[in-house]
Amino acid sequence: MLGNLINQGRIKSPWVVHFDCGSCNGCDIEVLACLTPIYDIERFGILNIGNPKHADVLLVTGTVNHRNKHVLKNIYDQMPGPKAVIAIGACGCSGGVFREAYNVVGGVDKVIPVDVYVPGCPARPEAIIDGVVAALEKVKTLLGMTA
Amino acid sequence: MARTILPFGPQHPVLPEPLHLKLTIEDEIVVEALPTLGYVHRGLEKLCEVRDFNQMVQIVERVCGICSCLHALCYCEGIEQIMGVEVPRRAKYLRTIWGELHRVHSHLLWLGLFADAFGFESLFMQFWRVRERIMDIMEATCGNRVVVSVNVVGGVRRDLSPEQCQWIEQQLIISEKEIRQLQTTILNDYTVKKRCCGKGVLTKEQAYQLGAVGPMLRGSGWAQDARQTGYAAFGELGFEPIVEYDGDSYARCAVRFRETLQSFDIVRLAIARMPAGETAANVEGANEDDTPRIISGNRGGIMQSYNRDKHHSITAAPPPDLDIPAGSLAAKVKGKPDGEAVTRVEQPRGELMYYLKGVGSKNMDRVRIRTPTFANIPPLLAILPGCELADVPVIVLSIDPCISCTER
Amino acid sequence: MLETIPLSLDEVVAVAKEHFDGGWRLVTMTAVDVGEAGFEIFYHYDKDLVMKHYRLSIPKETVVPSISPVYFAALLVENESRDQFGICFSDIVLDFGGHLYLEAEVRAMPFCKVSVAQKQS
Repeated sequence: MLGNLINQGRIKSPWVVHFDCGSCNGCDIEVLACLTPIYDIERFGILNIGNPKHADVLLVTGTVNHRNKHVLKNIYDQMPGPKAVIAIGACGCSGGVFREAYNVVGGVDKVIPVDVYVPGCPARPEAIIDGVVAALEKVKTLLGMTA
Repeated sequence: MARTILPFGPQHPVLPEPLHLKLTIEDEIVVEALPTLGYVHRGLEKLCEVRDFNQMVQIVERVCGICSCLHALCYCEGIEQIMGVEVPRRAKYLRTIWGELHRVHSHLLWLGLFADAFGFESLFMQFWRVRERIMDIMEATCGNRVVVSVNVVGGVRRDLSPEQCQWIEQQLIISEKEIRQLQTTILNDYTVKKRCCGKGVLTKEQAYQLGAVGPMLRGSGWAQDARQTGYAAFGELGFEPIVEYDGDSYARCAVRFRETLQSFDIVRLAIARMPAGETAANVEGANEDDTPRIISGNRGGIMQSYNRDKHHSITAAPPPDLDIPAGSLAAKVKGKPDGEAVTRVEQPRGELMYYLKGVGSKNMDRVRIRTPTFANIPPLLAILPGCELADVPVIVLSIDPCISCTER
Repeated sequence: MLETIPLSLDEVVAVAKEHFDGGWRLVTMTAVDVGEAGFEIFYHYDKDLVMKHYRLSIPKETVVPSISPVYFAALLVENESRDQFGICFSDIVLDFGGHLYLEAEVRAMPFCKVSVAQKQS
């Protein structure tokens, strides 16, 4: 009963943490733009927080390089389950225009499992919000809430 | 006294980007700060060997998404210098307009983040709400919100119709009014002043010797701005830099705030004086081979996909023409760059320098990018020792760090 | 065309000192791989928005005296050149030892053309 209530809360109000791997800032500022009055993801209960230990959804922007892949793995490991990962932008999905650069490992999925890919260079805020909603379906499955 | 070493970053709520600082503290006072970089290093200067010099425009735009237009502008000016291309006057004015709009959006973004750093979340939201208006102008005139790919070697890709110019002016009037309403809070509020005044003081001598650039340098009393060199249309428009003298976080904030309003004036002036004519010139270098230039189709329809009026509580007139007029991109690119050039433009964060070397092939031999934050990190390391731990986020943010610029 | 002033290895620090005292600002340094001939290092100075460029040509594996004791701002760019080209600088005030950007697992000196040629073959 209580667990059910908590699960309902998780779905109704997912907390997201944002981590910037080697992004050009384009997607980062679009993630931030989601928080601001025009797009305002808080009206859907989505809250941006700084601590990965409180988060349900990890938003990753940018390519992974050899130095930040350890940080990315570390942040992912700190998040409690059930969790979902969203790769944002062309770089997060595949490496984008930088995939041939020498210090680039590739997309986020080279390091951690990714549930939702949001394309775009940079991804539009509407697309990012859509991505979070799509990721919640996965969290629902993990919680066994799909009817 | 016992010393503690405190890691600051790479993932930190106040930093949108990964920068790691190793802070050695005694009680609450920072005695030493050591940076660790490389979390965003991609090595994109090296990509000039696999992409030709026209494609590199798209790569350098992604050095930093916030000031992408100015990176492309600096790069294109360099190539034009090497190949001896004279850019049409209208293109110069258009470059200035989009460049200054980028400065406005970047400064508003920073003012918001800065407000957030000392806990004024509502102010953060207010600044970002105004910023969305500027983003709408970008989208309506270029087809994308953040990375506006308007610059090409030889000119610009897009043109502005007279109706669009008029609409931009209307939007600027509303934005300026909204920004002025926030002035009392960001510049005169007691709490804000307590958090910023006298924090992270960079003296006039230090600023110069440590090579600070941009608002960091002008906040310490130096009237130096790369726009004075007259790139794009600044040679004809004239320019006076904005200077503050205290050298603290508050001075840097004031410089950026005043520059935002100044950029509005520059955009208006540029629109008023913009001559008619072509928007791109033929590019002809020493060699005769054709290098194909990729011309993208008209993406103006993207704006129609969602109803904009829903998003704005105060609605101005919608953009008059959703089809973006493509510039006269019939201009041909012939030949290949052969030679060296150094160009500078003023980015929102400060002076940006490109060194370009071509050796007569379609790929550049070397593209070196000196970004403003790269120059502002040594001054940051100099002002952090002696400050309180609680002020570190404010001081770090006051240099407007752009790590993806720094590391490229 | 870029006007440059040639510079020899022994003059590097003296010229830097002279510019520092004369009120010049160090904009940055640029390292360029010129193949067989080694490296070229440019020193870009600026005063009142006028730039001056010095060109130092050195064979590979030369140790260049660091100007970071004079211009503190040079420390990042010297470390960067060490990372990307493997140019060694003596007495950098803060030496990252070739790991400013790069982890140990990345190919060393990615900007050098010789190593690129080796990779392609």
